Amino acid sequence: MAHISLKNLNIHYDGYHALKDVTVEIPDGRITAIIGPSGCGKTTLLKSLNRLLDLNDEIRVTGDVLIDGVNIYAPQSDVLALRKKVGFLSQRPFPLPMSIYDNISFGPRIHKQNGGQMLGQITELEKHVQIFESSSKDIFKAKPTKKNGEMDLLVEGYLRLAGLWDEVKDRLHSPASRLSIGQQQRLALARALTIEPKVILADEPTSALDPISAQLIEKQFKLLKQHYSIVVVTHILRQARRIADYVMFLYMGELVEHGSAEAFFNAPRHEKTRAYISGEIS
Amino acid sequence: MKRARKIEEQVFKGLMVFSLALILLIFCGIILVVLIKGAAALNLSMIISVPKGGYYLGREGGVANAIVGSLYLAFGASLVSIGISLPVAFALQKEFIKSRRFSIFSRLMLDVLWGTPSIVYGAFGFVVMMYFGLRASLLGGIIVLSLLMMPIMIRSMDEVIRMVPLEMKESAYALGTTRLETSLAVILRQALPGILTAVLLAFGRGIGDAASILFTAGYTDFIPRSILDPVASLPLAVFFQIGSPVPEVQERAYASALILLIIVLLVSVISRILGKRFSKHIIK
Repeated sequence: MAHISLKNLNIHYDGYHALKDVTVEIPDGRITAIIGPSGCGKTTLLKSLNRLLDLNDEIRVTGDVLIDGVNIYAPQSDVLALRKKVGFLSQRPFPLPMSIYDNISFGPRIHKQNGGQMLGQITELEKHVQIFESSSKDIFKAKPTKKNGEMDLLVEGYLRLAGLWDEVKDRLHSPASRLSIGQQQRLALARALTIEPKVILADEPTSALDPISAQLIEKQFKLLKQHYSIVVVTHILRQARRIADYVMFLYMGELVEHGSAEAFFNAPRHEKTRAYISGEIS
Repeated sequence: MKRARKIEEQVFKGLMVFSLALILLIFCGIILVVLIKGAAALNLSMIISVPKGGYYLGREGGVANAIVGSLYLAFGASLVSIGISLPVAFALQKEFIKSRRFSIFSRLMLDVLWGTPSIVYGAFGFVVMMYFGLRASLLGGIIVLSLLMMPIMIRSMDEVIRMVPLEMKESAYALGTTRLETSLAVILRQALPGILTAVLLAFGRGIGDAASILFTAGYTDFIPRSILDPVASLPLAVFFQIGSPVPEVQERAYASALILLIIVLLVSVISRILGKRFSKHIIK
């Protein structure tokens, strides 16, 4: 878990003022939903939190984004370490052009995790969430003796965590592109979790999915929030009601209102929030 | 109105079929002419032996010197070109060149180079070689062919690398990868079939070109033993033999052209098969 706080965050795109003076504390260990009409700056705000915005040229960011007290826009800040700490789930899942297994093992390989570290990682994970079945102790004993046993264990663990294991365990080495789009999104979630992030950012993670896959993803989020701070962009108001603990409402680049989901939906303070919730503006 | 649109539809359909038929006909025509005129002269000794005394008057020998020479030249130049073109193609992407104006300018220059006649490359190469005191040689041929092939390779690779979806790159960057890791592990993999096509396109242009290597690679009846020896090539073998008054030698020109076509066909088929194998994991 990590604490995110934004202070007077302003973002300009090609001379367009996309985000205006946003100041907010995002609570730890909760699901925070960013809602608002299309083009209001939701995704911009989300992508500013792991500096994926840097990939766009002609972007100007002023103000502070503090993650655990460290300003990620400070000149000496380490973007790679930041992105390892802040996992990201995109709107349309994009598997990497490799097998299911390699999609999951990609992150740990990039970060040069050794067998011991991976074993530690998966043991730590098992402590928090019961991912393996009752015989997990046997798995732990058996796997590391094999070549790449730790990686096998890690891949299995995260696929289980994302609720995908049973569907793919017989075809781990077939291309990830053959998975259905709902499965791809859960694969993306598993992949994002392998690098042990403290925060998960999700950009309309269910908008491309069928209702059943969407439900699965929402279920995973609720499960995961005990151990991660989750920030979800959504334009589905009902989804925000279902999963969010905290809500931020953006309108034309301005943070109009934010607060606990209960207060936000039951007693909105702002005129625009009321209009948005009641469906007058969308 | 309804009728007019139907006729319009039919006219354009007809145009498509006509154009396709025309292209196929021309292709078949070329193959037929080369086959009819060259097949008779094509035999094993032509492929495995070098020209012997009196070869150019219609006596014994073959064009093994030109076959091997062309393969040396084309594969050598392909290797050099791939080594330089891939980094350049990546450099042209907006993640690396921030200045839009500079990348537009670079692409324009490369397109102009693509269209530059190969004799100009030959002349340029010759001038440079003169300056360095280099004689016509395999090395000179490879360098000049690389110059000819690189714009084709770079621009074709550039286009396929640009096609890799931003979201896929984002998924990789979001895991904390560096640009190099993303480029090699993700973008290169995704673009690999297209990159193979780019290589093939340049290879085809390179192996078939005569003008650029006329002065720079020279011509010889022997298979080169070092990269500083002059080297023969199939396009020049065709060029020299076709101008001969001896009918047997003319036939051999067509046979040489046939060999060249077969090499290009084989390389295309092999790279298609390889491409298929590599594209198993491509995300569509």
